[in-house]
Amino acid sequence: MPEKTNRNTPLLDIRNLSRHFGGLKAVDGVSFQVNEGEIVGLIGPNGAGKTTLFNLISGFLKPTAGEIYFRGLPIHGKRPNAIARLGVGRTFQIVKPFGELSVRDNVLAGMGHNIYPSLQAFLHVYHTPTAIARANDILENVGLAAYADARADTLPIGLQRRLEIARALALSPILLLLDESAAGLTHQEAEDLAALIRDLRDRGITILLVEHNMRFAMNLCERIVVLNQGRILAEGTPEEIQTNPAVIEAYLGHSGVVRREA
Amino acid sequence: MGYLISIATFACIWAVLALSLNILTGYAGQVSLGHAAFFGIGAYASAMLTVKAGWSFWPAFVAAILITGVVGGFLGLPSLRVRHDFLVLATMGINFVVIAIFKYVSFFGGALGIIGIKKPALFGWTLRGPWFLALAALYLVLTLWISAYLSRTWAGLALTALREDEDAAEAVGVSVPRFKIYAFAISAALAGGAGSLYAHFLGSVFPDHFAFVESIGIMSMVVFGGIGTLRGPVVGAFILKALPEYLRFVGDYRYAIYGGVLVLMMLFQPQGILGDNSWLWNKIRRRIND
Ligand SMILES: Nc1ncnc2c1ncn2[C@@H]1O[C@H](COP(=O)(O)OP(=O)(O)OP(=O)(O)O)[C@@H](O)[C@H]1O
Ligand SMILES: [Mg+2]
Repeated sequence: MPEKTNRNTPLLDIRNLSRHFGGLKAVDGVSFQVNEGEIVGLIGPNGAGKTTLFNLISGFLKPTAGEIYFRGLPIHGKRPNAIARLGVGRTFQIVKPFGELSVRDNVLAGMGHNIYPSLQAFLHVYHTPTAIARANDILENVGLAAYADARADTLPIGLQRRLEIARALALSPILLLLDESAAGLTHQEAEDLAALIRDLRDRGITILLVEHNMRFAMNLCERIVVLNQGRILAEGTPEEIQTNPAVIEAYLGHSGVVRREA
Repeated sequence: MGYLISIATFACIWAVLALSLNILTGYAGQVSLGHAAFFGIGAYASAMLTVKAGWSFWPAFVAAILITGVVGGFLGLPSLRVRHDFLVLATMGINFVVIAIFKYVSFFGGALGIIGIKKPALFGWTLRGPWFLALAALYLVLTLWISAYLSRTWAGLALTALREDEDAAEAVGVSVPRFKIYAFAISAALAGGAGSLYAHFLGSVFPDHFAFVESIGIMSMVVFGGIGTLRGPVVGAFILKALPEYLRFVGDYRYAIYGGVLVLMMLFQPQGILGDNSWLWNKIRRRIND
């Protein structure tokens, strides 16, 4: 178990972060923090830069400028696998299952994070009873137990999104980044997912999630960061965000999501 | 009899080549059309160490495996920078460059190659005929065992993960560059051992033995049998190597066969004749289950 973070340092500290694609400022001078034990929502219209921000945090993109600290440690410039091994799990908005592997083996792949850097990885067989039992536990947890032996690419998209979560949980993450995990779910499925996320938080996992479904985000998150055109538009409790004139303006300007769904 | 033994020896050596390419392409998804380069590097390393440096076979065999493994790791570096389709071109290029080096650098014997390579000896006995076949078969069994074991280890899982999706592999803690290099090194090392056996079996090596067409041949064996499986590459090598050697007249059309096999398999049975869910394999399994 990694040692406890100093109480005063935020778990995730993003300072003045920018990422430009040519002339496009996808993320532009963003600063915010996530504290241990929080569920924080990251919302914003299409193209606001939410996924880009996730890619920066998880190391898939290098910042044009700015810094990212995880548990006080600078992680900008580290490779994604190193950041994952520090305890940052993530899902992909466009799912990326290991398609030819079984659902269970997808989860097992996430459980190898400690052994991959060592040559021991060549000695130890991964289908051990303990590893399989733990993978089954995780699958049970996210409601995929019935599909454990199915090939991952045969699952419907909603279940593949859940597999993304299961695979990230296999890392025993400290921070979990969820990119639109509720997309396309029915009301009941979204409720189940919210319950799962709360349960994960209660077990000590801090959660930063991107969400388009306003009701889902407002009900679940303790704090919300609103991104618009790469910049932070507002930050606060769901109540504060819902009544924030700038947020309403930005959303009505784009799609009116707040009025329809909140 | 001697002729059959020699065909069987070739088949064993090519089965190792196919299995080693299978680790790189089947397990890790890195398509290489330059595998004969590794075969050649192992053959030349062993030939030079014995003929020019006076080593005996056994240490030269081990050294050939190690040298080819290290060189293979370096030659895998392009795979870190280029996309899949470009890797195919890059590995082809590597094959041509390696052959050119053998051919035009006099240190490696030039176009005349290296001759006078001795057969291995064990306790004063020279291994020839069936005994050399036994050695080649033993090495094939070792390669099979390594392939089978690797696929069950965490490292094997990491290779499969990066084959399926490099981003997702990184997201679960797999260093994709590192494991690609591992795949190249292991694959090359095993092919290097096959090269050493080949050199000592034949008694001479020439640059053209390891030309690009041989890489195509090895790939066609893997694809024909069934990529990603263990049985596929072995059966593919025995059929596509041994048969043309046996039916002499077919031997002249060897390269046409390799090319034709690649085209036909891609069109009609990309998983190979013995791949999972292939027509023949399903039939065989049904037979066994009944
Ligand atoms: N690799 C890239 N190269 C060039 N432009 C990019 C790249 N990735 C993202 N962008 C651009 O950056 C902007 C932000 O994209 P991003 O995917 O972060 O938005 P998002 O907030 O996640 O949107 P959505 O809600 O649609 O998922 C968009 O204009 C997008 O086209
Ligand atoms: Mg997005």
